[in-house]
Amino acid sequence: MSATSSETITNQNEPGTTVTHHPGLDPAAVAGYSDHPPRMGFFTDTSVCIGCKACEVACKEWNAVPEDGLVLTGMSYDNTADLSATTWRHVAFIEQPSADGDGDMRWLMASNVCKHCSEAACLDVCPTGALMRTEFGTVVVQDDICNGCGYCVSACPFGVIGRSETDGGAHKCTLCYDRLGDGLMPACAKACPTESIQFGPLDELRELAQQRVDDLHAAGQPQAQLYGADTGDGIGGAGAMFLLLDEPEVYGLPPDPVVTTRDLPRMWRHAAAAAGSLIAAAVVACAAGRR
Amino acid sequence: MTADAGRPDPGGHSPGGRKRHGEKQDGEKQLVPETEFRSYYGRPIVKETVWGPDIPSYLFLGGLAGASSTLAAGAHVTGRPELARALKCGAGAAISLSMAALVHDLGRRTRFVNMLRVLKVTSPMSVGTWILSGYTPLALAAAASAVTRKLPRTGLAATIGAALLGPGVASYTAVLLGDTAAPAWHEAHRELPFLFAGSAATAAGGLGMLAVRRGQASQAIRFAVLGAAGEIAAKSLLLQHLGPAAEPYQTGLAGQLMDISEVLTTAGLTVAVLVGRTRVGGPLAGLALMAASALTRFGVFEAGRQSARDPKYTVAPQRERLQRQDDQD
Repeated sequence: MSATSSETITNQNEPGTTVTHHPGLDPAAVAGYSDHPPRMGFFTDTSVCIGCKACEVACKEWNAVPEDGLVLTGMSYDNTADLSATTWRHVAFIEQPSADGDGDMRWLMASNVCKHCSEAACLDVCPTGALMRTEFGTVVVQDDICNGCGYCVSACPFGVIGRSETDGGAHKCTLCYDRLGDGLMPACAKACPTESIQFGPLDELRELAQQRVDDLHAAGQPQAQLYGADTGDGIGGAGAMFLLLDEPEVYGLPPDPVVTTRDLPRMWRHAAAAAGSLIAAAVVACAAGRR
Repeated sequence: MTADAGRPDPGGHSPGGRKRHGEKQDGEKQLVPETEFRSYYGRPIVKETVWGPDIPSYLFLGGLAGASSTLAAGAHVTGRPELARALKCGAGAAISLSMAALVHDLGRRTRFVNMLRVLKVTSPMSVGTWILSGYTPLALAAAASAVTRKLPRTGLAATIGAALLGPGVASYTAVLLGDTAAPAWHEAHRELPFLFAGSAATAAGGLGMLAVRRGQASQAIRFAVLGAAGEIAAKSLLLQHLGPAAEPYQTGLAGQLMDISEVLTTAGLTVAVLVGRTRVGGPLAGLALMAASALTRFGVFEAGRQSARDPKYTVAPQRERLQRQDDQD
C-alpha cells in the first residue's frame, strides 16, 4: 500500500492552497487549522463488546436521530442492519463456529461507526462544502448547507453516510462535535458499559490498541487484528479504529478500502483526452465533407 | 446470485461461511473465476446510489447537448446553417431539461444554488456545476441567435464557446461516476470518459440525421459513425480491462440495457451508412442512435447500482489486492 506523500496536499477547506502535513497524522492541519486541539477518535475493541446496543440508543438520544422503523431483519439479533442517515452506531452480531474447531459456536459483536477518515471521500466529493473537517480532525456535515445531492453516499468506501428520506439531507456520526467542544466524551463511548468503545486523542488510542492486540496474541488469539490503525492504508488511517477477531468483511467492513479521489487526477486526464477526441471527431466530420 | 439479506444462508453468505465468488444459480452464465469471499449476511458494504432516473437521463441529455454544440459549430463554419440550427436548438433544449433533472434529483431542491458556494477540484460534481454554468448560457444564446437570426456575431461567439465547453459537459459525467466507491463505476474510470464521449457523439449525430432534410446530413452521419466507433471500442476495452469485475455490465438489467444499446448502435450505423441520406433512412437511423446512447447511459448507471448491491464486487477485488501485496512482500 503506497503511503500518501506528505507534500503538496490540497487544503480541503480552502481549495487552491496547499500544505505540507501528513493527513494520516494531522488532517486538521491539512484542512488549514494552525492552532488546534489534538486529533480525537474512537478505538472500538470488539473483543469486549457484549452487544447491548447501549451505544446505538445513546447516540440516537443525544443526537435526536429519528427512528428508522421497527423491522425484523431475520438475521441474528441485528435488526438495525447497517449504518445510515438515521443510524450512526450499529452493532453487528455474528454467530459462527468457534475458531478452535470444537464444534461450539461463538458470538462476535462489534459496534460500527463512521471512520472519520484521514482522507475522506465524502468530504472530497461534497460539491457544496457542507462536509467539513473539524479542528478535532473529524468529519461532519453542516446540515444548513447540505442540499441533498447524495454524492457523499456513493463515495464512502464503508457505506456509512446516508441521505434521509424525511429531510432530504445527508447525515452521519459527528463524533458528538457538540460534546467535544464542551470537553465531554461522545455519547456512545459514555454509555458503553464494557469500555469496548474508547475515546481519546488518536495517538494515545493507537498505542492502546497496539498494546491490546499484542496482549490478545499472547493470550492465544492470533486472529485478533487492528482495523484502520495504519496511516499507510488507503484512507490515510481512520479516526475510528477497531480491534477485530475475524476478517473485516465478516463484520461488513471492506478489507482494503481506498479513497476514490486518489485516482481522480487520472480520471480528469482521461476526461480531458475524451473531450479533445470529441472536438477532433467534429473537425474530421465537418472537414471531410467540405466541397 | 442474490444477496438475500435477512435470511441466514448456512452454506453461503452466513457470516464466517464462505461463498464461491461468481457462483451462479440456475445455469446463469459464470463469468467470474472461483475465488472465495466472505461477508456480513450477504449485505452490501458500500451504499447503492440514492440518485434516481433523473441522473442517467441527465447523462444522456448532457452528452447530447455537449456533442451537439460541438458539431453545430463545425456545421456553422462550414456553411450548413440548417444542420447547425437544428443542433443548436437540440442542445439548448437538452441542456434545459438536464438542469431540471439535476435540480429535481436533489434531496433539498430549493438549495440547489449551494452548488455555487465553492469550487472544489476534488469534487467532480462541483467542477461539473461550474462547467454547466459556463456552457448553458452559451448554448441557449447560440440557439436563440440561430432561431431569431438576430445578433449573428454574438451568436457565432456563443456557438464557438459552447462548442469548446460542450465536450467537457459530455465527458466530465464519466468522472462523476468514476469518483465513487461503486465498484463497477470506479474500476471503469479509465474507459468511461471515452465511452461517454463516443455515446454523446452518437446521440448528436443521430439528432442531426433526425432533424435535417435528406442529402444535408453527411456531417451528422460521419460524426455518428466516429462516435459509435469510439463508443464500441471504449466499451470493449472496458470489459477487457475489468475482467471479472465487468460482470455487473454483463448481467441483470444493466446487461440487457447494454446489449440492446449495442444492437441499436449497430443497426443505426448500418442504416446510416447505407441509406442515411434518404427521407426515411436518415430519421430512422437517427432515432436508433439516440436511443442507443440513452440506453448506454442507463446501462452504465444500472451496472454501478448492481455492483454496489452485492458485497462480492467490493470484497473480492480488495482481497485479491491484499493477496498480491502479500505475495510481493
